[in-house]
Amino acid sequence: MIAASTPTPVDAAFRDHWGRVLAALIGFLGDFELAEEAAQEAFAIAAERWPRDGVPDHPTAWLLTTARNRAINRIRRERVLTEKLRLLDVAEAGDTTPADADAVEIPDERLELIFTCCHPALATEAQVALTLRTLGGLTTEQIAHAFLVPKPTMAQRLVRAKRKIKAAAIPFRVPDGDTLGERLAGVLAVVYLIFNQGYSDPSAHGELATEAIRLGRALAELLPDEPEVHGLLALMVLHDARRDARFRDGELVLLADQDRALWDKARLASGHALLEGALARGGRGPYVIQAAIAALHAEDPPGWPQLAALYGELARLTDSPVVELNRAIAVAEGGDPRAALALADALPLEDFHYLHATRGELLRRLGRTRAARDAYRRALQLVHDDAERRLLEGRLAELG
Amino acid sequence: MKYLLLIHQGDTPTPRDPEAWARLSEEEQNAIYAEYRALRETPGVTPGVGMAPPEAATTVRVEDGRTLRTDGPFAAMKEALGGYLFYEADDLDAAIAFAARIPAARLGGAVEVRPTQEW
Repeated sequence: MIAASTPTPVDAAFRDHWGRVLAALIGFLGDFELAEEAAQEAFAIAAERWPRDGVPDHPTAWLLTTARNRAINRIRRERVLTEKLRLLDVAEAGDTTPADADAVEIPDERLELIFTCCHPALATEAQVALTLRTLGGLTTEQIAHAFLVPKPTMAQRLVRAKRKIKAAAIPFRVPDGDTLGERLAGVLAVVYLIFNQGYSDPSAHGELATEAIRLGRALAELLPDEPEVHGLLALMVLHDARRDARFRDGELVLLADQDRALWDKARLASGHALLEGALARGGRGPYVIQAAIAALHAEDPPGWPQLAALYGELARLTDSPVVELNRAIAVAEGGDPRAALALADALPLEDFHYLHATRGELLRRLGRTRAARDAYRRALQLVHDDAERRLLEGRLAELG
Repeated sequence: MKYLLLIHQGDTPTPRDPEAWARLSEEEQNAIYAEYRALRETPGVTPGVGMAPPEAATTVRVEDGRTLRTDGPFAAMKEALGGYLFYEADDLDAAIAFAARIPAARLGGAVEVRPTQEW
């Protein structure tokens, strides 16, 4: 359903309006499955009529009214659901072509929708799938493909999540003051997880990174005062600007070795502007700091002392030894591999291949070739990703 | 929506294990009694009936028409149900907020929030 090679007006409408139409329908009907079926019907009718009759002046309103009428008629037909109809308290729905679509006020309930999809009572993998399906409009097949699971598994994951929302009465609501921060962190984690799934693959799943950035933009528009939302968007855009340089012939290329000519300068500038916006809003949270780190990495040469300080701050916020490892690398790049090695050796990351790869590099710089070789060999025992494995093998071979 | 809250005691000290219970100060013990009393009196709550300890349970299965009896609860002793109550709430968030006030949830046990279904 995502725009193919020649996008039609319906494809464009689909990308632009699906999330908004579905959110409003769920808000109105209080039922994910019914809303999704009705939205699909409305988009199918649009696909048939718009090329013939032209795109209506207010496509979102047209789609929403059409879907709503379809849903109401379906409820009427299904006698077992008559109880719901009384709750809806609506007049008989007319023809599916809305004459007064222009007059319809459309509430934007995408924020309610994303907080429902990312409710902590759902498993993370269900939150991710549901967010991509409802707000992103990806098909079950596309989501299954992106997360490397069979389509029936993904279909069942989505159905279960939708049924739980209904059976357990997970609220369709933006959390209030007390819980907003905690719940927003959950939403941002889901968006970043989607981004990383797309970002870590050289070819097939780049679309997910784009989708995560779309979600990030929507969140920034809906929650303009939340610095972490802008921080995450900045972070994703800054990373994405370097997307074309991250792989060469299917091989992972480390930041320092990337061809800067392949970086998208306009996107880097846009990422910097987003970061400035997040900082101006008083942002000092983990995503803002990560975006600042990504921005500094893009400078030539990178500001290593500042990077080491930012990694230190991030490690304090997240209590993450992996971040400490990155601090060690910044310290080494800043000219002190001995101090960096001491930092790395203190970390409880014995089973993490990056620790050993980093130690290998630090030991090499310190001229301790034999120990460096051992460290690279240990990293190779632990690495899973093929691209990273080839990179490590290359490093080991260079040591002779 | 009416939720069934299933209270699993886990490692929660209870008066049934006098040794563990005695490790709590009298103040803490009284606070726990007071909290359970307040929970029972919360509007929307229908208290469950008291349950004897899981050690008193007998688990029944029927195989080939024969009734089999096993000593003890169906779940492992530590995972066994210790009590339950019903709570009428607007949505899951409200039910979770109520469940989090049950002392067992913070003292080593857990509360399962299960929506009820009308047939």
